Amino acid sequence: MTCTSSFVDRGGPAQPLLLLTGLKKHFPIRGGLFGSTVATVRAVDGVSFNVRKGETLGIVGESGCGKSTTARLLMRLMDPDAGSMVFDGEAVGQHVATGGITLKEYRRQVQMVFQDSYASLNPRLPIEESIAFAPKVHGVSPSEARARAHEILAAVGLAPATFARRYPHELSGGQRQRVNIARALALQPRLILLDEPVSALDKSVEAQVLNLLVDLKEKFGLTYVFISHDLNVVQYISDRVLVMYLGQVVEQGPVEAIYDRPAHPYTRALLASRPSMDPATRRTEPPLTGDPPNPINPPSGCRFRTRCPFAEDVCAAREPVQTDMGGGHEAACHMAEPGSGHSQAGRLAA
Amino acid sequence: MSEILERPMSTTTAAATPLVKVRDLSVRFVSRDATMHAVNGVDIDLAAGEVLCILGESGSGKSVTLRALMKLLPKYARVTGGIEVAGRDVQAMNEGQLQDFRGSDVAMIFQEPMTALDPVFTIGQQIAETVVRHEGSSRAAGMARALELLELVQIPSAKRRLEAYPHELSGGLRQRAMIAVALACKPKLLLADEPTTALDATVQIQVLLLLRKLQEQLGMGVIFVTHDLGVAGEIADRVAVMYAGRVVEEGPVAAMMKAPLHPYPRGLLGATVHGGMRGQRLTTIPGAPPSLETLPTACSFAPRCELAEPACLAGVPPPNSPMPGRSARCILVPNLP
Ligand SMILES: Nc1ncnc2c1ncn2[C@@H]1O[C@H](COP(=O)(O)OP(=O)(O)OP(=O)(O)O)[C@@H](O)[C@H]1O
Ligand SMILES: Nc1ncnc2c1ncn2[C@@H]1O[C@H](COP(=O)(O)OP(=O)(O)OP(=O)(O)O)[C@@H](O)[C@H]1O
Ligand code: SF4
Ligand code: SF4
Ligand SMILES: [Mg+2]
Ligand SMILES: [Mg+2]
Repeated sequence: MTCTSSFVDRGGPAQPLLLLTGLKKHFPIRGGLFGSTVATVRAVDGVSFNVRKGETLGIVGESGCGKSTTARLLMRLMDPDAGSMVFDGEAVGQHVATGGITLKEYRRQVQMVFQDSYASLNPRLPIEESIAFAPKVHGVSPSEARARAHEILAAVGLAPATFARRYPHELSGGQRQRVNIARALALQPRLILLDEPVSALDKSVEAQVLNLLVDLKEKFGLTYVFISHDLNVVQYISDRVLVMYLGQVVEQGPVEAIYDRPAHPYTRALLASRPSMDPATRRTEPPLTGDPPNPINPPSGCRFRTRCPFAEDVCAAREPVQTDMGGGHEAACHMAEPGSGHSQAGRLAA
Repeated sequence: MSEILERPMSTTTAAATPLVKVRDLSVRFVSRDATMHAVNGVDIDLAAGEVLCILGESGSGKSVTLRALMKLLPKYARVTGGIEVAGRDVQAMNEGQLQDFRGSDVAMIFQEPMTALDPVFTIGQQIAETVVRHEGSSRAAGMARALELLELVQIPSAKRRLEAYPHELSGGLRQRAMIAVALACKPKLLLADEPTTALDATVQIQVLLLLRKLQEQLGMGVIFVTHDLGVAGEIADRVAVMYAGRVVEEGPVAAMMKAPLHPYPRGLLGATVHGGMRGQRLTTIPGAPPSLETLPTACSFAPRCELAEPACLAGVPPPNSPMPGRSARCILVPNLP
């Protein structure tokens, strides 16, 4: 197979593939007569994490918490207002001479798959053309690009003889999402960002696409960042999980730690909110009351304090910092931080 | 307890007659160049105070079935079969009767609350207006009821929220407001089309528990459309699974979740990711549902069914019932008297 990644693993397996520090993205809301900025949406507000080589990192959190904005920043579809990104040891968007990687080269190694399988494909192009398009832009000859497109179509389970000349409207939702995945693979990337890739699919089709993603990762040595609001799917597919709330990371760690021993009160409530498939274990009280607040005016201190049953004065006064509870399991809560001033400080051990 | 909860259920349609009785419902959408056989012979029975969840793949006819119960389908929809709700023949109703029927006998809530709420009126005005129209009560009485309803659906600072316009509310509050409008005249039957699908996980469970509580308090019958097995697990008494415009399995929720009879819900259950499946290969259902441009004349699931045999193509399998209260349209399921 010629599709195996052609990129060298520069820093070795221990060096993170992507290292993000203090990422911020604020959106101004304009209004008034002169279109002046009347408010700011703090969509991503100081986010730091690593993506390790060969892992699947799941990102969960409620609507508007900044998952997609984080993905768009990772993809460099937009520039961060602050923060740094280092890709396999090279600073993203800086000169090669100073040890950086250009945006053009970075964008080749990082690809993205979105939820809406229809909107992301050109309706007037047969799917083999859609898949071959980016490689041609990057200088691959048309015949070679086409051959590669057929190879990838076969890899995502769409027989090229049947499907290569079809148009997007001639495909089912699941088939279209396979085409989107094929298109992301066409440039032989190292990292694929999957933003709700199965959310628009029926359950029976979702399972097909999840199996496919697992196979492709193995086959091409890929690394995934997998965003979803479906906590069961994230548990199934991820090695590590990041939990976001109102533009910030509140907890991260290995998937077993997050699901078996969630530390942050928000993570606990989120996991406890999953409907149970067993009518015998129905609950009577919801784990949380209220809606997530607006990211325009996030609460001071801990952003979860307006809904947190353990909130104390210190939670309004000071922002909690990420505290390591062992084994790479971190939570940003005053109860996890020894000596924070919370009456239960330090009690949240892993 | 609030006044709205004290009003007794109208006892004219007691347990003797079911709240909903649908027989051989079919809906076709006919246009110049195509016919879509959206619903192809659906039977539904619902007792007063019972919650039925309709599950099924996208396009299987769930929403169309629900809309038919309220006669809300467009003019070009060809609807046949019998639809009886609260003892009334829905198909035979004229516009005036429908106006009275919608709201007082049956109400509907949707995934997107803005389709049900009017953006130019406050929440209070919308509820009061419904009450005045249906019950002929005064404006003041309507407003009093509105406040009571907002409290009933657990909207915080309800008094202040009476003055709010729909766009001023968060997603979860808007969903609650829509429920309040739907309950304004205490319908006997609530139709719910994926009302929690667009909500956040922590808000979805709040709204589900609220709906279940209201349903019990008010003794309402509910038909709840969802594609989420977990939602059915939380709220349903019985489940009907639709495939290609037909109910392929029907029965009590616990039994269905534990051991479905029909290969499609069995596959669906196996394909649904839940906790503890890490590292396992997911079971899948190959292929996709049929296009409904021609009326299926055999088992519609046959092209995807690993148990299919020639006999499955002989005709549409009848609903076989191996035990009281359960049935499945599959020739492999025995029909025991
Ligand atoms: N281009 C933009 N301009 C202004 N605000 C934006 C823009 N993009 C996102 N936002 C806001 O930033 C916040 C984070 O949005 P984002 O799309 O990242 O959330 P999300 O976690 O992906 O949510 P969902 O689960 O609904 O997809 C939201 O409040 C959103 O309204
Ligand atoms: N007004 C209409 N005109 C023509 N076809 C329609 C109309 N409404 C629905 N249909 C078709 O009828 C079929 C059943 O649609 P329905 O909305 O009931 O599906 P559903 O089970 O609710 O799916 P979903 O889970 O996606 O909401 C679909 O193929 C749909 O395209
Ligand atoms: S810091 Fe305080 S408010 Fe925030 S999650 Fe921890 S206990 Fe709750
Ligand atoms: S009738 Fe035949 S094809 Fe249909 S579900 Fe049963 S076994 Fe499968
Ligand atoms: Mg998003
Ligand atoms: Mg629908």
